[in-house]
Amino acid sequence: MTFATTASTIDYWSMIFVFMLATFIGIGVIRRVSRLLHTPLMSLTNAISAIAVVGAIMVAGGEQYPTYVRVLGAIALFASMTNIISGFLITERMLKMFKTREEAK
Amino acid sequence: MQAYLIEAAYLIGTALFIFSLHWMSDPKTARKSVAAGALGMLLAVLATWFRPEVTRHLWIIIPIVLAIGPGMWLANVPLTAVPQRTAISHAFGGLAAGLVGTAEYFYWFQMEPEMFTSFRTIALILEILLGFLTFTGSLIAAGKLQEIKWIPQRPWVYKGQQAVNGGAFALTLLLGFLLVLWPDRAWSPFVFILLIIMALNFGWMLVMPIGGADMPTVIAILNSYAGLSAVAMGFVLDNKLLITAGALDGSSGLILAIIMCKAMNRSFFNVLFGAFGQVKAQSDAGEKKEYKAETPESAAAILEQANLVVIVPGYGLAVAQAQHKVRELYDALKKRGITVKFAIHPVAGRMPGHMNVLLAEAEIPYTDLVEMEDINPDMSQVDVCLVVGANDVVNPAAEHDKSSPIYGMPIIQAEKAHTIFAIKRSKNPGFAGIDNELYFNDKTWMLFGDAKAVVGELVKSLSSGGGLH
Repeated sequence: MTFATTASTIDYWSMIFVFMLATFIGIGVIRRVSRLLHTPLMSLTNAISAIAVVGAIMVAGGEQYPTYVRVLGAIALFASMTNIISGFLITERMLKMFKTREEAK
Repeated sequence: MQAYLIEAAYLIGTALFIFSLHWMSDPKTARKSVAAGALGMLLAVLATWFRPEVTRHLWIIIPIVLAIGPGMWLANVPLTAVPQRTAISHAFGGLAAGLVGTAEYFYWFQMEPEMFTSFRTIALILEILLGFLTFTGSLIAAGKLQEIKWIPQRPWVYKGQQAVNGGAFALTLLLGFLLVLWPDRAWSPFVFILLIIMALNFGWMLVMPIGGADMPTVIAILNSYAGLSAVAMGFVLDNKLLITAGALDGSSGLILAIIMCKAMNRSFFNVLFGAFGQVKAQSDAGEKKEYKAETPESAAAILEQANLVVIVPGYGLAVAQAQHKVRELYDALKKRGITVKFAIHPVAGRMPGHMNVLLAEAEIPYTDLVEMEDINPDMSQVDVCLVVGANDVVNPAAEHDKSSPIYGMPIIQAEKAHTIFAIKRSKNPGFAGIDNELYFNDKTWMLFGDAKAVVGELVKSLSSGGGLH
């Protein structure tokens, strides 16, 4: 882990700032998403929220962890990888179906 | 790999996720969304994998390989099952966050108890609470959507439910305080495990009291929770990519939930605190009203004379697998130079945007799918409005009858059309158990039967040159 630094050097406030700003960006961007696409939007955000994969890889593959902790990480990795694969594929599958009148012919 | 390269990859990943969501604003650019999102995810996975401390590669490769099968399977479910798939996917997301949090706790407890700053412990508690709550809650939601027998569709309520929920919440709060104050005592892991058990219980306790009709809102909220659990993981691991991606997901779920609430006239705060309104079945004691039935042949003859036809689809259309027959009807009418539009209510279907996907699958151009707000001002110019498998979303009682359970819900104003045909399976009231005023309107004719069969007959009458008069 990158936690060699002492706890006090980790800047909690900057994390909270990042969270707040990302939420505002999220709200701004999502509000403009076409209502036609709300179902694919949800499967896309499913895949994106599988970003938990980052934590799962660190725990499953990290040198320092004992085996029982590693097993938890491996299950988490399986779960988030399933979401990544199915999330992006099903979004692609659904988006392909949206055609204009010309394309539908 | 150099630390700054990893951070740079995470930064680019964040940007790609934002672009991915941005391109969803229009079906024309949406295909780029998947590419951008997948690329961002690939960068995130590779950068993490290249971290110097990540050395046990087999432990990474095996779960990834195992995930391919279930991933492919979940990507290829029928589109009517997409709501269940989405719920299962939220469950997996919540489980992953909960397990990583659990792993971190026990590792730190054993090896690095100095990691337990108050901030990090609070974030860790939020991560496992949100993660495990999303896990069981989403499984119950998936079960309700799949209509599994032993999960009741109706709201599951009992006496003193509020008190039990309140007590459980207070207990969880207390356990949380204990852990923040003493995260590293010999008995602390016991408190941690109790918290996990409480979170698992909260999930089903929150979703069981909610009826099947409210599931679109529930899915959107669980979507938000899954994102927020990733944010909490980001706080725990000091990782800004997790925070941004989780926040994007969290705000997406929030906005979809608000849209669903508005479309059903529910207060968002009611939903947030699990106090979902229940639609009570009303037995209308008033005079027995009569339906006017019509045959598909005569209905086809009237459709032929129309200039503008609006079809209002509901989930009943998908249940009857009538999408493709509806597409044939659309083609038959178009061939005669008749303008055909589909009026889509936000809660038509079983999750946000579900009906659009079901109609797009039948190759109906999305340019003819019109939102409720956009079609209502034009409804009085519509010659024929054909209601297929929709019920409450066209019930005029929502606009004027204060005693109606759906009063205040925005509707598609089908009653303004010159003629209305409603396809209905039987003479029983709809899902919410309320009579639909529209069906007794002077301008309304009922076409009784299975949606697929009735639309099929309409198509047949039209293509056989039908005009009987």
